[in-house]
Amino acid sequence: MTTDTRQPMVDMKDGSLKWSRWGRILVIFVVTMIALSAIQEATGTTQLTSSGTWGAALRLTVPILLAGLGGVYSERAGIVNIGLEGMMIAGTWFGAWAGWQYGPWWGVAFGVIGGAAFGLIHAVATVTFGVDQIISGVAINLLAAGAMRFLSVVTFTIGTGGGATQSPRIQYFIQTFDVPILSPFLDSIEEKGWFFFSDVAGIFGGFTTTVSWLTLIGLLAVPVSGWLLWKTAWGLRLRSVGENPWAAESLGVPVLRMKYWGVVISGALSGLGGAYLVLVQAGIYREGQTAGRGFIGLGALIFGNWIPAGVLAGAGLFGYADALRLRQAAAVHALLLVMAVGLAAFALWSIWKKNYGAATSITLFAVLFFLWWLTTDEVATEIVTATPYIVTLLVLSLASQRLRMPAADGIPYRKGESH
Amino acid sequence: MSENDRAVELVDITKTFPGVIANDKVNLSVALAEIHAIVGENGAGKSTLMNMLYGMLTPDSGEILVRGQVERFHSPKDAIGHGIGMVHQHFMLADNLTVLENIVLGFEPKSGVTIDFKGARETILELGSRYGMSIDPNTLVEKLSVGQRQRVEILKVLFRGASILILDEPTAVLVPQEVDELFDNLKVLRDDGVTLIFISHKLDEVLSVADSITVMRGGKTVTTVLPADVDAGQLAELMVGSELPSPDTTESTVTDQVVLRVENLAYRAPDGRALLDDVSFTIHNGEIIGIAGVEGNGQSELIDALMGVVEPDSGTVELDGTDISGASTMDRHEAGLGIIPEDRHRQGLLLNAPLWENVMLGHQSQVPFARGPFIDMKGTRNATEEVVRRFNVKTPNINVPALALSGGNQQKLIVGKEMLAKPDVLIAAHPTRGIDVGAQAAIWDELREARREGLAVLLISADLDELIGLSDTLLVIFDGKIVASLDPAEVTPEILGSYMTGVAQDVAS
Amino acid sequence: MKFSKFLLSLLAPVSAIVFSLAVGAVVLLIVGINPLDAYGQMLSFSTDSTSLASTINRAVPLYVSAVAVAIGFQMNLFNIGVEGQYLIAAMFAGWVGTNVVLWGPLHITVIVLAAVIVGAIWAGIAGALKVTRGVNEVISTIMLNFIAFSAIAYLLANRFSVESESLNLSTGKLPPSGRLPDLNWMITMFGFAEPRGVAIPGFLIGAIVIGAVYYILVWRTRFGFDLRISGMNPGSARMSGVNPKKMVFYTMLISGGIAGLVGVSTLVGKLGAYTQDFPRGLGFTGIAVALLGRNHPVGMALGALLFGIMDRAALVLKLEGIPEEIVVIIQGVIVLAVVIAYEIFGRIIAKREVKAAAAALDQLDKGVEVTV
Repeated sequence: MTTDTRQPMVDMKDGSLKWSRWGRILVIFVVTMIALSAIQEATGTTQLTSSGTWGAALRLTVPILLAGLGGVYSERAGIVNIGLEGMMIAGTWFGAWAGWQYGPWWGVAFGVIGGAAFGLIHAVATVTFGVDQIISGVAINLLAAGAMRFLSVVTFTIGTGGGATQSPRIQYFIQTFDVPILSPFLDSIEEKGWFFFSDVAGIFGGFTTTVSWLTLIGLLAVPVSGWLLWKTAWGLRLRSVGENPWAAESLGVPVLRMKYWGVVISGALSGLGGAYLVLVQAGIYREGQTAGRGFIGLGALIFGNWIPAGVLAGAGLFGYADALRLRQAAAVHALLLVMAVGLAAFALWSIWKKNYGAATSITLFAVLFFLWWLTTDEVATEIVTATPYIVTLLVLSLASQRLRMPAADGIPYRKGESH
Repeated sequence: MSENDRAVELVDITKTFPGVIANDKVNLSVALAEIHAIVGENGAGKSTLMNMLYGMLTPDSGEILVRGQVERFHSPKDAIGHGIGMVHQHFMLADNLTVLENIVLGFEPKSGVTIDFKGARETILELGSRYGMSIDPNTLVEKLSVGQRQRVEILKVLFRGASILILDEPTAVLVPQEVDELFDNLKVLRDDGVTLIFISHKLDEVLSVADSITVMRGGKTVTTVLPADVDAGQLAELMVGSELPSPDTTESTVTDQVVLRVENLAYRAPDGRALLDDVSFTIHNGEIIGIAGVEGNGQSELIDALMGVVEPDSGTVELDGTDISGASTMDRHEAGLGIIPEDRHRQGLLLNAPLWENVMLGHQSQVPFARGPFIDMKGTRNATEEVVRRFNVKTPNINVPALALSGGNQQKLIVGKEMLAKPDVLIAAHPTRGIDVGAQAAIWDELREARREGLAVLLISADLDELIGLSDTLLVIFDGKIVASLDPAEVTPEILGSYMTGVAQDVAS
Repeated sequence: MKFSKFLLSLLAPVSAIVFSLAVGAVVLLIVGINPLDAYGQMLSFSTDSTSLASTINRAVPLYVSAVAVAIGFQMNLFNIGVEGQYLIAAMFAGWVGTNVVLWGPLHITVIVLAAVIVGAIWAGIAGALKVTRGVNEVISTIMLNFIAFSAIAYLLANRFSVESESLNLSTGKLPPSGRLPDLNWMITMFGFAEPRGVAIPGFLIGAIVIGAVYYILVWRTRFGFDLRISGMNPGSARMSGVNPKKMVFYTMLISGGIAGLVGVSTLVGKLGAYTQDFPRGLGFTGIAVALLGRNHPVGMALGALLFGIMDRAALVLKLEGIPEEIVVIIQGVIVLAVVIAYEIFGRIIAKREVKAAAAALDQLDKGVEVTV
């Protein structure tokens, strides 16, 4: 029953997806798409599968994904990082400043450096001085917010349109691209309004039209992280340090150095996520721009069971909900029906797997969502905003036995003090 | 030099820790490709000796020779470099990594920039099939049984090319079938030229697998024997010591009134292993029942179950005729169950808190420490002063933190606060461990005195002098079971040793 | 010996503050501001009554927030959720307060009770999740913070707000019976001028009571004993009869209840309503104050006052054209520095205590020998 707990999407034993799995995924995808199309017909919205929604979802997913991936590195090395938000804030400011001064790619580089710098502070405090990881994280968040505001006052007040709470408009975005042939083709199909086919085209259209190069880099970070952490000696050592540092130490692994790597990379990725917000989404730095995305990244990390592909799934879910909220309130309402249908399918699957306890509670949730959809006309946007946090709490409290946090995550380690 | 068939020679090794001589001029000689057992009680110095051979400790004096060469190891890395590997009693494995990952960690074969998993897998499978330790390299360690984990530990060492293996109490955690499998593996390894040093205190096992046996006692090597020349009884006597102290001739104060009755207590670990197996006994007014046994045979679990810290799977505990099986720990304290915990730093004291707070511990709900929901500061201070005075705790005042006291005075404080509460039953776990002779005598006097006044005591100890000197009846616990009930006046080292090491098993009492 | 211990324990926060000021100075230097000048400006404000009132006004809720965090810290329980707890409690309390009409003191009592209950419930969710489902309280309280923010936004927009001329969403104004009078007489009676634009909040008395109750609860009751020993040594606590699950749940409830009071000072004082721009961030800064004050009621009071002074000084800096955010940087550095400093000085103090005890024992031995 507990088998397969750590690998929601990728088979971690050799990291590769098997063809039979691809087949299964294809079937699930087709069934899901037909269901989505039907629901759209029933509710009269088209936003669930429009290319606009999916393009926005992609852009909203990437920053959460990057923060969550950062969390993977840090927590896989055994350091809890609730300072992701602060590191992301650093990324937004540094990204904006360098983007404004030198151009967008410089912004990306500085965003990474700014985030990594705060990662380094977290590492010095927790790894070298043994400060409680939660306290250090809280301090990082306070410090980063204050320091970035300070820097804004010092620098942005000079430029036109800038000030204490926002930067001057950054002139150049990161370049985007359309996938040739595919993008216009999918666009034309989507416009036809065909059942199923236009919906599929909409989703893939969203993925292939005006895609930022930075989006591509963000998405590539998922397989690259999987490869680094599961295929290389460096990755194995990093993970061993988060699972059992004493065992790692007994085999000559430099435990403290690996922890430093994990936390600093975590800051760098969060910083990249921050830079993305500025350079791809907004074109400007605003105070509070991260809006808790670092914490949502933490939620995606938990949702994704500390695995890169899982983090992508979590971030995608949160990003998609956010995109719907931004595009059309009615679509959010239709999402309730999607949830009900999805949960019902999940319940059937549980019954098939003879897991009747789970099936009962899932059915209950399905019914609740259905009633919610039936009895209301719209969903307050605030509820959508809270979705990532509620989902994280639900996952933690209902599926905790399926979650597998690194065993030594958050446990202070001192060299030579065996356990 | 070349005629030397010795894999390891330890010459006059001495190692002292503050206040303890762990190894006193120890000599050991292990031949190439033999299974050499080292037996001895807890605290005999076996682990210290092996840690020095593995480079985790450095000896104060003496020489270590490996294959005839004098070596100095500063870290396990040095030892590994000389082909020495160690399988720790507490496994050093990461549960959420695969067998393969655990084995290659820190010693990863590469192909390009990635780990050569394919090559490593083949090596492991090859090693496994050669030594009869086949195991799927792709399984997560958390899914393995204890016996399989041990194989992973052994494979880990072999993968690094070790030809001298130290196994620290490898059978302590295994069930009998696993022990048999392990021994088969060890024999295959030996026949392949690997030297095995095997630490144990289970004598029947040692006799069945070892080629030669070295006995340690009190930090010294007593002798090295061949298994053919001794039987288990003789070995037990060598291990425990040839003379047991004669019990004190205090007259019995045992009455016929049962104070504590424990029936059929059973407690299993999450993995299903029995930690306590059908334990039953009674203690009368004025009686001291001693529990003898090698550590780790269920003593801790017995204490926890009696105190209500863990919930046993079945069985009842009755105090003064009242069933307290479902009572909370606090209720048990209030009902008159006193405790001297086995680890005073982890369970008995607040090291950074002043003495008066330490004296409250376990009695915080009772007079004179509490008045309603509040702490009675005056009552607490008076009680603390009384403990300090009556039990002669050496301290400048009652405001100093407990860590400022010597071990003996800390223990006197614990004993004193429990005695002050006038319990009906006292669980005394290692009441004089690691303390000076003066404090030890004082605590023994205190226990005898209280016994005369009718206190019932459950004495759990590793100190055989203490057990035999104080107990009215001696129970031996082995593998979570009470395996014998002995009269301390008549017990011989041979008998006691054979029960404690599992050689003899009469279910008694 | 007692006094030197006191001095040493003072050394840790002082050195942390000095270090943080030094970091601040370096930052100022880098951006081309003379730090001596800036710090001089910060000190220059101190004596007038407006500054005093402003400092106290800021310190009172910070202090309550610190106490809420500290009670959890006593047993190594992290309530990162004070932020959400106090905001949602203040909103509900404001709404309740406008919907009842009662005799003055009773009205205030109802508001306070509502705040305590809502805060306790919100924290209690995290407590219950930890005890029943093993959910780490750090993660759950973080998530509950954001859920609280969303809930507040929703309820304020759709349920609790009243028509008002401004765009600022707000619960209704509390009637006079639901307001606490200010305490400006406390300084005007000494001949100071009436503070301008800010007042010494009436809830100052509430904060003092909370501090006193906190002290008694933690150091004078059985519950407090169980709480502290659970933090000091869980093994000893367990063996002595403390039930860890009960302890976690009750502590979370109490912490949340106190957190609920953080916003009350502003609610029944200056603002008189829960508004969209109700002061935020007090929950997180409270963590810093609790760390600085070492969870001690007096220490935290000093810490809260220090933070109050710094916030006030920030305003002065702004007037002088120096970025006021330097203060936030200093505050952030203090949190890290103080934890490290306590670690270092704590070890020194423990060593000295043991040495002193040993010396005293020697004296004792000599004394004994003389009398025998």
